[in-house]
Amino acid sequence: MTVQPLLDVKNLTVSLPAAGGRQHGIVRDISFNILPGEAYGLVGESGSGKSVTSLAVIGLLKKPLRTSAGQIVFKGTDLRTLSSRAMRRLRGDRVAMIFQEPMTALNPLATVGRQIAEMFVLHQGKTWKEAHELAVGALASVRVPAPEQRVHAYPHQMSGGMRQRVMIAIALACNPDLLIADEPTTALDVTVQAEVLKLIQELCTARGTAVLLISHDLGVIANMCQRVGVMYAGKIVEERDTYELFSDPWHDYTKGLLGALPRLGSRQRHGRSRLVDIDSIIDDRSRLTERLCFEPRKLRAGAEVRP
Amino acid sequence: MHLRFNLLLGGILSAVVVLGGIFASWLTPLDPIMSADLMNAEMPPGREFWFGTDAQGRDIYTRVLYGAQVSLAVGVISQLINSFIGTALGVSAGYWGGWWDDLVNGLTNVMLAIPSLIFALAVMAVLGPGLSSLLIALGLTNWSWTCRIARSSTLSLKSQGYVQAAKTMGYGDIRIMFGQLLPNMIGPILVMATLGIGSAVLSEAALSFLGLGIHPPTPSWGNMLTDARELIVIAPWAAIFPGLAIFLTVLGFNLLGDGLRDALDPHMRTRRV
Repeated sequence: MTVQPLLDVKNLTVSLPAAGGRQHGIVRDISFNILPGEAYGLVGESGSGKSVTSLAVIGLLKKPLRTSAGQIVFKGTDLRTLSSRAMRRLRGDRVAMIFQEPMTALNPLATVGRQIAEMFVLHQGKTWKEAHELAVGALASVRVPAPEQRVHAYPHQMSGGMRQRVMIAIALACNPDLLIADEPTTALDVTVQAEVLKLIQELCTARGTAVLLISHDLGVIANMCQRVGVMYAGKIVEERDTYELFSDPWHDYTKGLLGALPRLGSRQRHGRSRLVDIDSIIDDRSRLTERLCFEPRKLRAGAEVRP
Repeated sequence: MHLRFNLLLGGILSAVVVLGGIFASWLTPLDPIMSADLMNAEMPPGREFWFGTDAQGRDIYTRVLYGAQVSLAVGVISQLINSFIGTALGVSAGYWGGWWDDLVNGLTNVMLAIPSLIFALAVMAVLGPGLSSLLIALGLTNWSWTCRIARSSTLSLKSQGYVQAAKTMGYGDIRIMFGQLLPNMIGPILVMATLGIGSAVLSEAALSFLGLGIHPPTPSWGNMLTDARELIVIAPWAAIFPGLAIFLTVLGFNLLGDGLRDALDPHMRTRRV
């Protein structure tokens, strides 16, 4: 029995026009799919194209970036063929997104209740009065204490963790089919991180919402996702079940990433004494051919970890 | 404390001027025009004429009250037109960018290059003197700074996380403009507007002085000053009281704008939760 994927990205290419009419491929010919209710992780270092991929899916690439090839099939329709109006109706309703920065992602001049309520007004045609009541419930569902009072609070009166909960409440307000979480916990401290991730996981599991989780933190991905795509220089270099990826990585870059992860316990048991250092940064993309994608950078096992 | 003081003093001054204008006919038994009586010309302030009388023997207290109607109508309405034009052009240009932004920018630069009083003079010369042409002349010539501020605020707000987030939530352009952009730039726009009311009152005075504003005998603070110019040595009160009225109005609206800006900012409010 095959399940129809909720989101099926086929041969997606996002390019940046360069001088002389050439195109830099920021995301190059990637394909992946997300099943309904599944949590899919995208990992990779800064500049590998994770966030650009997510923005391409939701149709909010900033000029001059543009999707130049491929299909983004969501529930049977190619999002690239949708009008901007239809796309706008989809955003926030069927596909929602949360960001890295909870400190700036809320409008400072509107109460959090109003910002949650606006989603019900916008996408479900509720009156403001009904929407405000729903907002209290939404705030309670993300376990913000005293939601009846908190709906009247302004974002600056809340902590980062609380604001990220509010963002989750807004994103999940309309019960979307897909939640894109772009490094949702990077700006939070570790204890709050764990709580917020658990919250996302529980709410999405309970509602059957699929998650596209973008992170450079392999630990986060390991906890949350069933499958992982490893992105490097705009390509998905390895896609595996999470468990397999961690136990038996096959791409050099994935090995490098896993090797760079500090672990608790005996070093010898893991068969190494030092963290792995991946040399240098990503080279000028335009000169990288398919074959040379990872070669210019060498793994240096046992190299000094530089400050 | 500072916040309350600005808002309070600005509010009181503005309220006194506005109420004085609205209830002019209750606050004085005399008629601003028909009370002319050469027997009472150039009387100094006293029990009978609180602010003294002018060269035609008209009560200056009465004329200052009625003058408030004209000056405030001109100041407030023309500034509303300015704020509306400036904000609409500035926000749309900053948000959409492209050729529209270039066009608005060019227009703003042209408006800034021409001294607004000269432009207003030209418009008045075409339309002829009178209240409505004064409103048009001042309302169409002073929006460039508001436009600049609205545009630059839009440009900086556009990259804020919450504007980006609003897009991912499916907000349309108009909803973003009214919900996210305008409330976050209302402070500087409001301050510009209150400053603009002051400068419109002064422009009205200047145009009336040149004979292109409100025609005598209808009193406006501007043409009262014009009349008083010849009497400045023998009857200084004829210039002092309308001048004082202009000064207090401008001061009042500026303080009010300052206070409102602080009061509208939730960061300045005491914590409630």
